[in-house]
Formats: sequence, C-alpha cells, structure tokens
Amino acid sequence: MNRPKVTEFKKAKHINDYPTGPGFQGGHLVDKNAGWRTFRPVIDKDACVNCLICYMICPDGTIYKSDDKVDIDYDFCKGCGVCANGCNVNAIKMVKEEL
Amino acid sequence: MDNTAIKKINAKNITDKEYFYGHKACAGCGGSLAVRQALKVLGDRSYSVLPAGCMAAVGFIYPQMAFNSNAVISMFPGSASMASGITAGNKALGVEDTHTVVFAGDGGTADIGLQALSGAIDRDDKLIYICYDNEAYMNTGIQKSGLTPFGTKTTTTPAGKNLPGSITEKKNLFEIVAAHDIKYAATASIGYINDFINKVNKAKQVDGTSFIHVYASCPTGWGTPTETSVEIAKEAVDCGLWYLAEYENGEFKLNRNPKEFKSIPEYIKKQGRFKHLTDDQIKHIEAARDKKWARIRKNWG
Ligand SMILES: Cc1ncc(C[n+]2csc(CCOP(=O)(O)OP(=O)(O)O)c2C)c(N)n1
Ligand code: SF4
Ligand SMILES: [Mg+2]
Repeated sequence: MNRPKVTEFKKAKHINDYPTGPGFQGGHLVDKNAGWRTFRPVIDKDACVNCLICYMICPDGTIYKSDDKVDIDYDFCKGCGVCANGCNVNAIKMVKEEL
Repeated sequence: MDNTAIKKINAKNITDKEYFYGHKACAGCGGSLAVRQALKVLGDRSYSVLPAGCMAAVGFIYPQMAFNSNAVISMFPGSASMASGITAGNKALGVEDTHTVVFAGDGGTADIGLQALSGAIDRDDKLIYICYDNEAYMNTGIQKSGLTPFGTKTTTTPAGKNLPGSITEKKNLFEIVAAHDIKYAATASIGYINDFINKVNKAKQVDGTSFIHVYASCPTGWGTPTETSVEIAKEAVDCGLWYLAEYENGEFKLNRNPKEFKSIPEYIKKQGRFKHLTDDQIKHIEAARDKKWARIRKNWG
C-alpha cells in the first residue's frame, strides 16, 4: 500500500498552530470513510484471477496489489460496489455490514 | 508526436502510489476516478488546479487534504489562467520536469472557464486541461450546463407537461477546442479506463497545451446505482451518445467506431434523469446521434 496514512488531528491550542496562509500539507488525512458503507466488498481469492480491473476502477483507490493478489483498505472503502460490478469472474461479493 | 515511442500504461506498470485518497466524493463518483487515475499517470511532480466544483469540494476539506501532490483551488472562470501562471512560475524559477493539470467540471469548462481555456490554448502554454464531464453543475445540486444533453432532468430544466427536461443539445466542446488547432486533444470515458490513462500519458508529453474531455458518471445527479458508474460510462460510448476520439497534428481520429450501437432506450432507462422521456423524445435523441455519427464518420475517417 502506497498512500497517505491517517494521522491524529491535534486541535489548535494557539493561533500559531493554524496554517499561516490558505495552504496546507497535502495527503493529510484525519478521517476515515469506512462509516459510509452499508455493503462491504469481499474478495474470493480462489476465484480472483488477478486481472486488476477492480484496482483500476475503484474511484477511491482503496484496492491495492498485495502478496495475495489484491486487497481492500476497508478504512476508506465506501462500499459503492463498482469493483464487484466490474469483476468479470464475479470474485467480489457485496456483503451487508452488521452493526 | 511520435506515438510509437510512447510506452503504454496499464494496471501492471502504473504506479502503486495514490494521489487522490480519502476524498469525500459520493460513493461511486466517476469524476473522482478520473482524477485519481490521471494523477497516477502524472506522478509526484504535478500541480493540480481545480475550480469550484465537486472535485475541489471533496478534495480539500481542511484538515483532510485528499490531494497527495500539489493542488490548488482556482476561481471558477480562471482555472486555465492559473495553470498558465503555475507553468510560467515554474519556468521562471527553473523548476523542471513538472506537469500542470486542470481538473474542471463540464460547467467549469464548457461555460464558465471557456475563455481562459481558449487563451491558454492560444498561447500554447504547457498544461494539461482535463474536463470531467458529469453533464451538469453537480456540486450545487444538479443544474443544467452547456454539456447537459437534450432531455436531461435537472433542477433548472425540470421535466413535466411543458418541458422534456433540457431542451438544448450537448455543446460540441471537443471540436471547439480542436478548432484552436491545439497540439493534442482527446475525448475519453471512465468506462474505458485504459484508453483514458494512455491519453493522459500522451498529453503529458506534449510541449504545449493539451486537452482531455472525459465522460464521468455521477450516480447522485444521474439517478444511477453507485455500482454501475463505470458500466454506464462505457454504455454511453457503446450506444453512441459519447465517442472516443483524438485530435493531433491537425487531424481528427476516431479511436472506436462501433459497427452497431447498443440500445439508447436501454441506456436511458437505467437513469433517473431520463426516466420521464417519451418514445418520441427518445427517437429525437437517436436521430441526433445518427446525424452526429454520419458527420463524424464522413469527416474523421
Ligand atoms: C463564480 C462562481 N459562480 C458560481 C459558483 C457556485 N458553484 C460552485 S460549484 C458549482 C458547480 C460546478 O459544476 P461543474 O463545473 O460541472 O462541476 P461539478 O460540480 O459537476 O463537478 C457552482 C455553480 C462559484 N463557486 N463561483
Ligand atoms: S455529486 Fe456527483 S460528481 Fe459530485 S461527488 Fe457526488 S457523484 Fe461525484
Ligand atoms: Mg459537472
């Protein structure tokens, strides 16, 4: 995985802690997107042929190449289902999240 | 440009690094996929300029900065001008090997930003202008733009007894841009993602202005299920309501010339924004498609 990591956001205690202009550090994540999900994509690794279509079409870039074909960063997957819909061998199932 | 010298990009050799990550676009947003993939092609040393629109709104939510390379929000009409300025600034400072890219919506390009874009092409400033086209002003809640096609229901073109939704046709942006005799222009779709990334890769080697118009679905504004975003953007091409083409060295080239179109009614039926259309109105859309393709095939070979 080659992407920004979540860091804890420290609330400014003093005016000096705020950015001095409208600029701010890129790739600065303080919040996950996992809570948006009602269905979670689950990859059947036996059925997966590692064609990488899901990796290419994930709007959020949460699918990544791994030692075991592809994996999903569930911290940022929104559960849109584009991967499951695009998989030509039906190796990804959308499974309802339990609360 | 010598096209044979450019190495093709694909899922295997594209960088693993993500440059648009943790953004707050709706689930299944096609525009965010276009931005994500383009930035992967452009790499670390890129400067993105985004006017007001969804990709700006979902990418910069302080302190969540989803852009993992340089990015800035421009005023709505001036994205291309700001990109020109960045390129000029880098040149003046002797900063080399960078790419300046604009990601602007259909409204931000075909309507509001058209003058600045025209100026940049005229000066042939080295920048890549990518218009992600979701066929309406989405970020403000779905208003009609110059790229909204006939028959689309938006909040400013309601569908009912008196109106079929939008009563104007989609503006011919690609040919407007090509008419500047730009060095490189292309159309693309997130439904044909490899075609898109290779067009971005080509654009990045152009020494001057380049332009890509990428069709990018919006489940929220189109009334489509989130999972079908990529599929529907492919279907638009397959049914002939969008096309994949390039303009370079003064010539148009059609990248995909379907022998037979997929059904327009099938494409339309899947989308809330077209649900109200009558058979006659669908026939009107089919006739407009056939007329356009007759012209494309005749002129672009
Ligand atoms: C000068 C100006 N006019 C209007 C707005 C309000 N506004 C912000 S985003 C937006 C819609 C942009 O539509 P588009 O360019 O198609 O991008 P999308 O939101 O669809 O991605 C509008 C009208 C603005 N920010 N600035
Ligand atoms: S409204 Fe449409 S374009 Fe905007 S973030 Fe949502 S899906 Fe993307
Ligand atoms: Mg738009």
